[in-house]
Amino acid sequence: MPAVPAIAVERLVKIYNTIPAVDGISFTLVPGSITGLLGGNGAGKTTTIATIMGLTTPTSGRVTVLGAEMPRQRYRVLHRMNFESPYVAMPMRLTIRQNLTVFGMLYGVPDLAHRIEQLGQQLDLTELLDRPTGRLSDGQKTRVSLAKALINAPELLLLDEPTASLDPDTADWVRGCLETYRRERDATMLIASHNMAEVERLCERVIIMKRGHIEDDDTPAKLLARYGRRTLEEVFLDVARGRGIPREAAQ
Amino acid sequence: MTARSEAPSPPSPASGGGKINEPSPACGGGEGGGFSPRRAAAMMLRYWYLLRSSWPRLVDLVYWPTVQMITWGFLQYYIMQNAGFFARAGGTFIGAVLLWDILFRGQLGFSISFMEEMWARNIANLMMSPLRPIEFITALMVMSIVRLSIGLVPVTLLALAFFGFNLYGLGFALVAFFINLMLTSWAVGIFVSGLVLRNGLGAENLAWSIMFLFMPLTCVYYPVTTLPVWLQPVAWALPPTYVFEGLRALLIQKVFRADLMLDALALNVLFFAAGVFAFVKLLQSARRHGSLIQAGE
Repeated sequence: MPAVPAIAVERLVKIYNTIPAVDGISFTLVPGSITGLLGGNGAGKTTTIATIMGLTTPTSGRVTVLGAEMPRQRYRVLHRMNFESPYVAMPMRLTIRQNLTVFGMLYGVPDLAHRIEQLGQQLDLTELLDRPTGRLSDGQKTRVSLAKALINAPELLLLDEPTASLDPDTADWVRGCLETYRRERDATMLIASHNMAEVERLCERVIIMKRGHIEDDDTPAKLLARYGRRTLEEVFLDVARGRGIPREAAQ
Repeated sequence: MTARSEAPSPPSPASGGGKINEPSPACGGGEGGGFSPRRAAAMMLRYWYLLRSSWPRLVDLVYWPTVQMITWGFLQYYIMQNAGFFARAGGTFIGAVLLWDILFRGQLGFSISFMEEMWARNIANLMMSPLRPIEFITALMVMSIVRLSIGLVPVTLLALAFFGFNLYGLGFALVAFFINLMLTSWAVGIFVSGLVLRNGLGAENLAWSIMFLFMPLTCVYYPVTTLPVWLQPVAWALPPTYVFEGLRALLIQKVFRADLMLDALALNVLFFAAGVFAFVKLLQSARRHGSLIQAGE
């Protein structure tokens, strides 16, 4: 029996007022895979991820996550997934320990105190656990967001620009954490990012979006070969500036 | 950052190798799990941490009720010295002020706890967590009582010390007044929270001002018969009107009007159901319009 896809998006359309943010996209993620979602501003990445998380309702089409239709059956699977984005903040006045306690309780994590200590060690937060989140540097806040995203050891992790505004050392360290977590947990990850080096390093598959459509969808190596480019950044620029191959041919 | 130059250790799934994203029975995970006291408690804990961490928030809870009680207390003291009717009706103003504060602060306590999530840009984290609307609402209701108690208990003691008005002397009637006023404040708080969720912080001002629409219509300081005849049915459609009429009946005629309390309770059931219904519909609308992604102005 084939495994249930971690994410299945079928002919998803999302229209805000009269403007289509996502226009009939389809893709499936197999469990344990890491996929990058690329696209310029307004390409539809955030709307796609928000629909997968059940934050928005599709205008038409269907999204299933771990076998549950979103957002209708979201409470069947929300405890098995999590999300991290530098654009969604954690309460600033609460300490890291307090924030993780609250989210751990929301996700039903057993032996929560131990789990927080464990994440503190793994994400190098132990000495900061009792400091208010608002008094941390950007890099430390990112690690707190990551700790919140991993608090329930999710099978499915959605990441929206996980290393935005981080220095190269911290960004590299976060990528290492994500790689290790995926390997240990066999988790599925969907990463929206503008950082092509990050996508090349982490992702075994790349979906490129433009104006609500999927422009291309393949492994990084095949994309490079197809566009005759040396880096994903060059491929991204080709697609963004309309120098790409026709969508139908790409698909 | 001691470990930064080394390869990071894996954020392992769980201690002991077990899966930890299987919710514990108390968590009530899954579609059929229903209400989870642990998740509701998590939100109460979140607001308690916040209150505890901020003394200006605590001072703010006590400041305005105290100022209002003292102002109206002195006014009543002055009128009692100059008017025979009010001399017999001791405490009507100050009692009304305290009951009004239960209504107003109850709603504000609910709405402010909700808006803390909007101000902290944390609402998306909550909406994609297993937290259910009914658990969120329950936590906000409990926190409105906590915030109200912090603000109002010292003020009632001051009213006793300064003006000899013992709110607790109302006995069972106070319980009936309190339940009815809290139900109304929650119904309005739930509705306003839905509006803020749907429309962003642009609707924030409603949280501060909506209850003042009730003030003239619910006849806080005067009998319903003072209103024009055509406006009186509107007043009687609002549950707090029955409470303030009940207070005056108790203080002036020394009669506890159970009939008024039951009418208020029946109306409150309708108001509360309407508030929850509106919240759910506004939440659905927020999902359709993408408001949960851009929860801000």
